[in-house]
Amino acid sequence: MKLIVGQGSCGIAAGASKAYKILEEEIKNSGANIKLGSTGCIGMCYLEPIVDFIDDDGKKTTFVKVDEEIAKQIVKDIVASKVDSNENVISDEDKEALAKQKRISLRNCGIIDPENIDEYIESGGYKAIERCIKEMTPEEVIEEVKVSGLRGRGGAGFPTWFKFNAARQSPGTEKYLVCNADEGDPGAFMDRSVLEGDPHALIEGMIIAGYAIGASEGIIYVRAEYPLAIKRLNIAMAQAEERGYLNKDLFGEGKFKFSLRIKAGAGAFVCGEETALLESLEGNRGTPRPKPPFPAQKGYWGKPTNINNVETFANVPFILANGGDAFAAVGTEDSKGTKVFALAGKIKKGGLVEVPMGMTIREIIFGIGGGIAEDKGFKAVQMGGPSGGCIPAEFLDIPVDYASITKTGAIMGSGGMVVMDETTCMVDMAKFFLDFTCKESCGKCTPCREGTKRMLEMLEKITEGKGEPGDIEKLEELGKFINSASLCGLGQTASNPVLTTIRYFRDEYEAHINDKKCPAKQCKALLTYTIDPEKCTGCTICARNCPVEAITGTLKEPHKINPDICIKCGKCYEVCRFGAVSVE
Amino acid sequence: MRYVTLTIDGKKAVVPASYTILQAAEEVGIEIPALCYDPDLEIVGACRLCLVEIEGNPKLHTSCSMAVTDGMVVHTESEKVVHARKMVLQLLLDNHPNDCLTCQKAGECLLQKYAYMYDVKFREHDGAYKPEYTDTSSPYILKDEAKCILCHKCVRICEQVADRQVLTFANRGFETKVAFDADMSIEESSCVSCNRCVTICPVGALLDKRLMGKTRIWDGEVTEFKCKSCEYGCDFEVLSKNGKNVAVRAKSPGEGRPLCLKGRLTSEFLNLDDPETPYIKEDGKFIEASWEKALEIEGILDKLDKMDSKDAEQC
Repeated sequence: MKLIVGQGSCGIAAGASKAYKILEEEIKNSGANIKLGSTGCIGMCYLEPIVDFIDDDGKKTTFVKVDEEIAKQIVKDIVASKVDSNENVISDEDKEALAKQKRISLRNCGIIDPENIDEYIESGGYKAIERCIKEMTPEEVIEEVKVSGLRGRGGAGFPTWFKFNAARQSPGTEKYLVCNADEGDPGAFMDRSVLEGDPHALIEGMIIAGYAIGASEGIIYVRAEYPLAIKRLNIAMAQAEERGYLNKDLFGEGKFKFSLRIKAGAGAFVCGEETALLESLEGNRGTPRPKPPFPAQKGYWGKPTNINNVETFANVPFILANGGDAFAAVGTEDSKGTKVFALAGKIKKGGLVEVPMGMTIREIIFGIGGGIAEDKGFKAVQMGGPSGGCIPAEFLDIPVDYASITKTGAIMGSGGMVVMDETTCMVDMAKFFLDFTCKESCGKCTPCREGTKRMLEMLEKITEGKGEPGDIEKLEELGKFINSASLCGLGQTASNPVLTTIRYFRDEYEAHINDKKCPAKQCKALLTYTIDPEKCTGCTICARNCPVEAITGTLKEPHKINPDICIKCGKCYEVCRFGAVSVE
Repeated sequence: MRYVTLTIDGKKAVVPASYTILQAAEEVGIEIPALCYDPDLEIVGACRLCLVEIEGNPKLHTSCSMAVTDGMVVHTESEKVVHARKMVLQLLLDNHPNDCLTCQKAGECLLQKYAYMYDVKFREHDGAYKPEYTDTSSPYILKDEAKCILCHKCVRICEQVADRQVLTFANRGFETKVAFDADMSIEESSCVSCNRCVTICPVGALLDKRLMGKTRIWDGEVTEFKCKSCEYGCDFEVLSKNGKNVAVRAKSPGEGRPLCLKGRLTSEFLNLDDPETPYIKEDGKFIEASWEKALEIEGILDKLDKMDSKDAEQC
């Protein structure tokens, strides 16, 4: 019998470590023969902490939202052989949400213990690299990746085999392999989950890629804000070295030896851009270099370098173990395999999902994600983070593949899906993302440094009710210019959230500018709070709760709000029991 | 050497394959405007003014960084290119003080030159500007942060001398600025007042303080000469106005010509009718010094004195 506690960052944040301790004590006290283990994140963050029970017959029961009491109850129920009666057993609906997914890059996440290499090996790990070294030439490895149709999962979707091949063909004997684990999009945590839940999948993927391109040294550039990921990577690397997968002649064939090290990033979003990442690796300020030359020609210290992201590498062992065809059998014609998405925002079941390419956005958000929180109306979904764009309801039924997403003006991106409901103001949303890119701009090139600031100022003006006719056109002109003239991918996509919201929600911009109204009632400066004298009973609760004494009136008489004093905090609206306060 | 043939604005250019588009254009007499490009510095592609259109390529590319290829067809002044350049210049002007009337750099400023060329004007707006900050701590260099266009030239030219490397960047995004060491004043920093940065600054952000207010480029004569302090022989100019030599300034440092303060003071002393008091840095402070001390000839003069008196005794 075994209990497995999900201990990814999300689980720990929800109290998994506490649950683990309670379980440990209770098992000890009960004297039952129950082993206790840990695993990474299964993706259902909204149900954390999650504990799996596997009985002696191998039957699995999942418990969700395990707090101290539930943890105690679980051990009691196991001892009494009545686990199914536990109230916190996962619902069929949640089980189904998991069953609808297809897990390739997350194949081991939430199942194996990331700190135990044996569990990775037992699940078929390190078989792919063995096959590569013993049976295949590097060219054959690249061919297998070509057959799989795998495209880069970091955002741009460039064919992975092509990058491998370019680095292999690039002249020189000293080459480098870099893993971009500087995941920085707001609301995205795909890579973190792999790093924390299945670090050996990344390590094996990198060894295979190193063999394919002829690089004997690999570097994982991981953001310093992922301490657990770094800890587990270090453990995994030490174990891999002990078993002879790193720093040793692989399988004694005299063909290939690979070393790997970690470089923790210092907290700049732009370092997710590959050339800025290289500058940072070399110890410089993280600013992008002009391309061409591409890293495959002149990368780390001027040597041919191949850079891929975590999810891409995590797919590689699967491809080499099962064949490129097996991967290509999943997905659509131009987008093979699966994609991991981080569901965030106004969604019921926030978390991580991996689905076959080609599934519709509706199926992901409503079928798996359970729909919109509080059953409000769906408005849009932001795909691709601050570099992406919003996709409105009319495109809910498009399939998730590179071409279809690009057509909407958004991008596949690295997998962030921030869901917005009817109460989201799209101008405010665009302002949020632009504020992010503006702050994260490295300041090197003129269009991004100066231009994003001016766009942000215009959006601030609009949301403050100071917008003027012509502002939308100015935003469009400046946005298109920044996209076309900036040095790196950050600048070249910085305006996308603004341009797509203008494209699909122009009426909201016009309402802010022309009517000085925020249709979603989010932009404070444009709101007016009033009290309906018919409905007001003069209970004084609003006046007593107003933090700035803007409400006047005597007991049992209708009250009034002085708009000159009102700071639009919404407190009166919240506390009124008679629905007398309205906001326009 | 391999050569390639390409077409730039309808002109055929045959250039080495290692050339960039900007270099190839120069070869056939086409000037592509650029603020951050300098043939002696590493390419950074930061200002985005040298953008050009390459046929068959949907994106605009910086001609300073893009290598030529055979059969390439380049347009350096197409409608799309000119629009982008105007936008770049407008964004720079929107964050630059309208001070050309009294700016020391007027007449030699590259931003002024290109703004005029592309008919881009200052405009009023209520958005943010760079904070106005002028570092007057050095008697030799004046740093006016509000005028900086972040072309990176000063940082790169300072980096070229291994034991200097004083200039760097601080902050990011709109707050990015050029800093001396860990954002110290010029006086506190390890700056040796060689003025390499001043010679390359395309605008009035880094100025030769001893020249300020004395003359501007159109006011008088400029005569080149070589410094005689050491065997490098760095290039200098003497500026004269109304028949009087009023200032000396360093020209861009060439290969193996690093520029230094001693050379500059020697040049001032030898060329100027009325040289200003020299200053030297001691313990992180600029202090007034005698010419003998500033030129490090005290020992020589003492010895000469002694020899003179010995000669006198012998007579």
